[in-house]
Amino acid sequence: MIGQPRSNQRSAFVIGLLSASLVVAAAGTTVAQDPASSLDPGADLSTQQLVISNWALYMPEELPANFEAEFGTPVTVTNHATNEEIVAKLTAGGDSGIDVAFVSGQFAQALAAQGLLEPIHHDLIPNLANLYPEASELAYDPGNVYSVPYAWGTTGLCYREDLTGYAPDSWYDLLTPRANVSGKTTALATERWLMLPAQKALGFSANTTDPAQMEAVKQLLIAAKSTLLAYDDTTFFSRLISGEASLVEAWDGWCNYAIADPGVGSSVKWVVPKEGSDLFADTMVVLKTSQNKEAAHALINYILRPEIHSWVAENIMYKVPNKPAMEALTPEFLAAFPNLTMTPTELLTGESLVDLGEAGPMYTEIATEIAAQ
Amino acid sequence: MTSGPGPDAVRPGRPRRQHLLERVLLLGPGLGYLTVLFLVPLAFIVAYSLLDRGRFGGMVPVISLDDFGRALEPVYLRVLGTSLAIAGITTLLALLIGYPTAWAIARLPKRWRLVVLILVVLPFWTNFLVRTYAWIVLLNSEGPLNGVLQDLGLIDAPLGLLYTPGAVVAGLLYAYLPLMILPLYVAIDRLDPELREAARDLGAGSFRVFLTVTLPMTLPGALIGSIFVFVPSLGNFVIPELLGGGKTVMIGNLIRDQFLKARDWPFGSVLALEVIACLVVLLVIQSRVARRYAPLPHD
Repeated sequence: MIGQPRSNQRSAFVIGLLSASLVVAAAGTTVAQDPASSLDPGADLSTQQLVISNWALYMPEELPANFEAEFGTPVTVTNHATNEEIVAKLTAGGDSGIDVAFVSGQFAQALAAQGLLEPIHHDLIPNLANLYPEASELAYDPGNVYSVPYAWGTTGLCYREDLTGYAPDSWYDLLTPRANVSGKTTALATERWLMLPAQKALGFSANTTDPAQMEAVKQLLIAAKSTLLAYDDTTFFSRLISGEASLVEAWDGWCNYAIADPGVGSSVKWVVPKEGSDLFADTMVVLKTSQNKEAAHALINYILRPEIHSWVAENIMYKVPNKPAMEALTPEFLAAFPNLTMTPTELLTGESLVDLGEAGPMYTEIATEIAAQ
Repeated sequence: MTSGPGPDAVRPGRPRRQHLLERVLLLGPGLGYLTVLFLVPLAFIVAYSLLDRGRFGGMVPVISLDDFGRALEPVYLRVLGTSLAIAGITTLLALLIGYPTAWAIARLPKRWRLVVLILVVLPFWTNFLVRTYAWIVLLNSEGPLNGVLQDLGLIDAPLGLLYTPGAVVAGLLYAYLPLMILPLYVAIDRLDPELREAARDLGAGSFRVFLTVTLPMTLPGALIGSIFVFVPSLGNFVIPELLGGGKTVMIGNLIRDQFLKARDWPFGSVLALEVIACLVVLLVIQSRVARRYAPLPHD
């Protein structure tokens, strides 16, 4: 640069700044599908460290320490409240610092499509053989190319039999509640599950992208809003326990949290409405940006061990897609939480949620319109 | 007024250069902080607002004004309207409650004033979220308030107090009331009692004194307090979520959702600019009014 006029230097600086900001602005738009990294099966895991992001309470508290004790890999756990939150973090550009993320299947699909996920190295996870065959054929990622299912289940109604005084069996029990239940119901707030009750009640697909159908869904949900106590993704089971709510839209595992209550748990019941529901899978994915991919795979393989995955199921009270792990659960435990006995075949009658692609913003807009009413 | 050296008079023994150095040292940290953490992010928001959302979030480097048009759609205008109404009602209530409170504090014996002022800011010593959750405990249908009302036989069934716009206003008012009381207290405390005495000597009744002397002279303080309450109320998204049960959406929630849920940064940026525009208008009005009613210089 020596000898150039000063003004040129300055404009070079400005151009540099501008292009730098363009690079920042364009981050996350590149859809690079570069091939899988080559991983070393014999890597020394004690030189690696893992950061995993999971929902709070969605993993036994001692699991990270147990893994470190065995493999020498320190594990740090961060929590996210929703799929949207972790996806926003992972797509913000740059290295999020996260090695393994727990996200629902349709979000794993979207992350994979953006080239953010490391393909799963099946040779490093021999315990994949423990999965139910059905769990490897889910619509969001057939063959577990980018994700490994961690837990799966369905969405339904969780209710206090003593407060409702009857046994609901339809999504309309939530959408047009009886007088004694009105004002004491909650619905899930995250978009896909916000739409689900109305979609199923009207006989539509949970993955519909048809604007006319979604308009009908919107109208039904707007009408239902005035009967709701609140939209709630995280505390609905404690509202059931306190009696603040008597009927809630719930994921099966979280209904078990209410059933587990020593006081009122025996009157908490679970039902999958007759119009049908979804099949969701929460999966483990390895980030492309991870510098600790061998340890990441080792962790997934560790979790898929029958005794570990079975311990996970006992802790989080969700079904796990691991055959020997489910078979290891005691009859007493299964009797206490009947929805854990749903078989893979029964689960597959639910519709598997997939990424909506271009229709995503339409769901967001409808969710806003419902909320703004 | 005493006559002294004006601001332009150069003091002996203080060269200009030292003066400049002093200014740089005093202003530098604050200006640097604001430039890096305020102006640069603001520039990013403006830049993002002109781009388009990518299929999976992120941004496509295409200049487009579509999002500005989208912000004018009825659903988003309604959210803005709701937010302005909730923040406005909160501010008005804060003023109605805060003014007498500040007045009473200013009239207390000196040793009590400090105690009471500490009590006013005491809630800030507890985490904001914890305090908001306390409102959930207080207002819910199985909570103590409904319990007491039912025990007294005043109501038959629990009132649906929580998860309503009213609960949102209550939470915001609780959170920001001290920000109204403090500037009002300062304004009232600084009032020269002789001015009121003079008005009374000239035959004005108490009400007239308040209306023509006290109120105009404390108006700048009231306006600052109102801005302090209105601005954070308008942008708040935690209280509408916790106390509104997700059923009341304010502009802050909408912006947060664009960034964290919808991954639509360009639209979120447009909405953020919309709020900034509203606030700039308010601040201009505030400074105009404040200048008009500025207290007389004392020296």
